Amino acid sequence: MSEVARPPLSEADVRAVLAAIPDPEMPVIGLVDLGVVRSVAVSGDSIRVELIPTFLGCPALELMVAAVRDRLRSIEPDATIEVAVSHAEPWTSERISPAGREVLRRSGIGPPLPMAVPIRLDQPAPCPYCGSGRTVLDNAFGPTPCRQIRYCTACRQPFEQVKAL
Amino acid sequence: MSGFDDIAPALREPLAGYLLALADDEFVLGFSDSEWTGIAPMLEEDVAMSSLAQDELGHAAALYALLGESIGRDPDAIAYDRPAEDFRHARLLDHPRGDWAATIARRWLYDTADGVRVEALVGSSWQPLADLAALIAREERYHRLHVGTWIERLAADDGEARRRLDTAWERLGPDAATVLAPLPGEEALVAAGVVPVASAELERGWRASIAPTLSRCRLPAPPPVREPGSARQRHSTEFRDLHAEFTSVRRLDPAAAW
Repeated sequence: MSEVARPPLSEADVRAVLAAIPDPEMPVIGLVDLGVVRSVAVSGDSIRVELIPTFLGCPALELMVAAVRDRLRSIEPDATIEVAVSHAEPWTSERISPAGREVLRRSGIGPPLPMAVPIRLDQPAPCPYCGSGRTVLDNAFGPTPCRQIRYCTACRQPFEQVKAL
Repeated sequence: MSGFDDIAPALREPLAGYLLALADDEFVLGFSDSEWTGIAPMLEEDVAMSSLAQDELGHAAALYALLGESIGRDPDAIAYDRPAEDFRHARLLDHPRGDWAATIARRWLYDTADGVRVEALVGSSWQPLADLAALIAREERYHRLHVGTWIERLAADDGEARRRLDTAWERLGPDAATVLAPLPGEEALVAAGVVPVASAELERGWRASIAPTLSRCRLPAPPPVREPGSARQRHSTEFRDLHAEFTSVRRLDPAAAW
C-alpha cells in the first residue's frame, strides 16, 4: 500500500499553530494576537519563524522561542525549523490585535492605550472590570516590563494594564 | 546579522570597544539598582526600580549578544568572565548605589546622558546597532519620565531629602559627564557614520537638554570630566565588590544554566 504524502504545512497553517501558543506571562493571549510574530516562511521542508521581543529584558522571550520550536517540531518532526529573534522592527503595543485586546480585557488586564510621544500618563483608561473611566495610574511599572498598575476609584479594584510602547 | 563582515577591518576594534562600553554601562547600572529589590522606600518604588533594573539588564544582554556575535564570543563569557579591571563602564557607575537620593541622582544623570547617546545611535550606518538602539530608546523614555519626576520631588523638599540630594550631587556630579567621554578610536567610527554623533557634540546636547531641570531644581551643572582618558578605567573598590557579587554564581559553577 503506497503511503499518501501529506501536504506540507502552509504559512497560514504555521500561523494558526503560533496563534494557539499562549504568551508565557499572560497566557490568555496567543503569540499572534500579541503581535510578536514578525514573519513566517515555509519553503520545501523548512519552516522559518521570526519573533520580535516586546521589551528587551522580557524573560518570556526565550520561553516563546522554545515553545514555537517544540510545537512546530511535534507537528513536523522532519522539517528544518528555525526560530529567530529579530530586532529589525520594534514591537509596539499597537501590534496587539483587536481580538487580543478583548481577551486581555475579559481577563482583567487593561489593553494598552494609544502610544504618545512624549509619554502621557494621564490618558483616560477604562477599568476592565466595571468599565468606569475613573481610573488612576498607580505605577508606570508593574510585575513584568510590559505592564503597569492602575486603580479603579469606582469599583476600588487595582488592575494591570499593558504599557503603551 | 552577519557579525562584523560589513564593517571595515580598521573599525572593528573601536566598534567592539564602543559596544562593550554601552553594554557595561547598562549592565553595571542594572545590577547596581537591582539591589533595591525588596528594600526600596515604598512598595511602588520596589516594583519600579526592579523593572528599571530588569530593562537595563535586558539592554545589556542584547548588546553583549550583538558584540559576542560580532567577535565570536559567548555573551555570558563577556559579561561574567572578565576581571573587574577589564570593565569599561563610565566612572559615574563606579559609585555604590548609596541611599535613595544618590540612586535617583545617578539614574537621572545617567539616563539623561544615555538618552542623548542612544537617540543618536538610532541613526547609525550599521543597521544592527541602529535597530537595537531604536528598541532601547523606546524603553528609556519611561525611565527618564520616572526619574525626572523623582529628582524634582527630592529637589523641592526643604529638609532631609534635599540635603541628601545635595550630598549625592556633590559626589556624583564630577563623574556625570564620563558617560559621554570620548572612546578610543571614536573619530574613525564617526567618520564612517557607525557612530553618528561625536561624544563632544553629544555632551553639548546633553548639557543643553538638562539645563532647564537643573535650574528649576537649583542644582549646579556637572563640571567637565577630570581625566577623560580614564573615564572608563581604574575602577573603584566599591565596583570590585559589586563585581565579586555578580560573578559569584558563575565562579561557583561556570556551566550553570540559567
